[in-house]
Amino acid sequence: MSGAYLPLLLLFSISVVNAVGMAVATHVLNPYRPTPQKEMPYESGMIPLGDTRARFSVKFYMVAISFIVFDLETVFLVPWAVQMRELGWSVFVAMLIFVAVLAVGLLYEWKKGGLEWD
Amino acid sequence: METLQPVTGLALILSSAAKIGAVFTTVMLVVAYTTLAERKVSAWLQDRVGPNRVGPFGLFQPLADGLKNILKEETYPARAARLFFILGPMLALIPALVTFAVIPFAAPLPTPWGVVDMIVADVPIGILFILAFSSLGVFGVVLSGWASNNKYAFLGGLRASAQMVSYEVALGLSLITVLMLTGNVTLTRVVWEQQQMGFWFVFPLSLAFILFVISAFAETNRLPFDMPEAESELVTGYHTEYSAMKFSMFFIAEYAHMLTASALMATLFLGGWDIPGPWDDAFWYQGQLIKGFAADGSVLLAAPSVLKTLVTLVAFALKTGFFLFFYIWVRWSLPRFRYDQVMALGWKVMLPVALGYVMLVAGTMLVLDELGMRSGGFAYGLVLTAVSMMATVGFVVFLDRGRTIAGAAAQRAQKVEIKTIPSPAGD
Repeated sequence: MSGAYLPLLLLFSISVVNAVGMAVATHVLNPYRPTPQKEMPYESGMIPLGDTRARFSVKFYMVAISFIVFDLETVFLVPWAVQMRELGWSVFVAMLIFVAVLAVGLLYEWKKGGLEWD
Repeated sequence: METLQPVTGLALILSSAAKIGAVFTTVMLVVAYTTLAERKVSAWLQDRVGPNRVGPFGLFQPLADGLKNILKEETYPARAARLFFILGPMLALIPALVTFAVIPFAAPLPTPWGVVDMIVADVPIGILFILAFSSLGVFGVVLSGWASNNKYAFLGGLRASAQMVSYEVALGLSLITVLMLTGNVTLTRVVWEQQQMGFWFVFPLSLAFILFVISAFAETNRLPFDMPEAESELVTGYHTEYSAMKFSMFFIAEYAHMLTASALMATLFLGGWDIPGPWDDAFWYQGQLIKGFAADGSVLLAAPSVLKTLVTLVAFALKTGFFLFFYIWVRWSLPRFRYDQVMALGWKVMLPVALGYVMLVAGTMLVLDELGMRSGGFAYGLVLTAVSMMATVGFVVFLDRGRTIAGAAAQRAQKVEIKTIPSPAGD
């Protein structure tokens, strides 16, 4: 079945060539006359204050960590889902326990305020 | 009667090359004309005319836009990280163009050299490939937001990443139910199982469909989920600093994602290229192209024809086109969420509901199997439809909680009087 992936590889190469081609074409074809004003970050016409590389809210990290947990859960559910009808009740109960454990985790995070944005 | 065989050798290579070329061109063309359709439909919904100067009815507008964007001056912010700044739009664009490859777009086409499947690459990983590649798009967004060294762009990139990962969980979980019903991850099989059941999955898996549509809107950063580019707060978000063709590349990526999401909704829940009835059913089963099984278990051979391929292609285009229109329709119907509302919906509503629904569908299917309905079919779909409908109604009632729908109904029942301002006494 490895032959099935060849068209995929070809389409991928076309997309890469297309993306690089667009970037190169625009670089070659357009004028480039920089001025200090043009090179300034656009912040609605204001002179930018401070640095962008500042600290930002820890909530974004929290979301990323929760995502890893629950996306992995989805990954574990996939192989069970495609074989669910053959595996029957015993595996269903096992998955129920698995999902319940993660649901308790979600509930804990929720009650601890990990999902509050304000 | 000779059995139908798939194409091999040179014919396979040539047909594959033709399909790749056709799909790539079509995706780019559809993307170009969706930008025009977006402006035309927006104009229509707001009672305006829309673009009508370039060519008849403004039909050459996408061409003019493309040409203009290639010839415009590019700006590079002085403090930007040059390499990542250039890499960003490319990383956003490439995955958007590749994902369409595993979606079947018509019934198999018979040729003198064998039967050609109307799909670019029928890989055994199907849906998993789409999940993997569509989530790669977030790298381009985050990278360009960070590399721009602009506060608005940075915040837009951060918001995009948090939002996209939050809804990806619900998206993946809503797909799990589809995998359970098909027992496979290839999209050709998904279409086939819908044909066999006699039900498009939108009925037996109605709640999964709703969750999938909401998540897909969030994944493509479209209104009402366009927080990463909220122009009233963040100028234009992560692509604030981009100009000329690089801006265009983000634009193409967004519309290509929309197109893929629409095609996916059509394939997973509306039967893909299927037309109701057994007329066009076709699937490769143990080396034979079949259209179903007889009562005694023997296979019924399919009879593909050029006409069937063309008609199913139109059916697929119509279904996908409907969802593209739906995207634009929703854009002008719903206001933008607040960011904390977006995150709360993703984590506190979509995720628990999706988890519960997966287990509900799994339990229902196992009970049905116990009752001796293992072969599936129409009755199987009917029971699942009833169960899903109850779950869906419960979900909608919970989301509404006496606000919009119930509130409007109550208002109508009360026959609210329209109060007029009393006129002054001396009048």
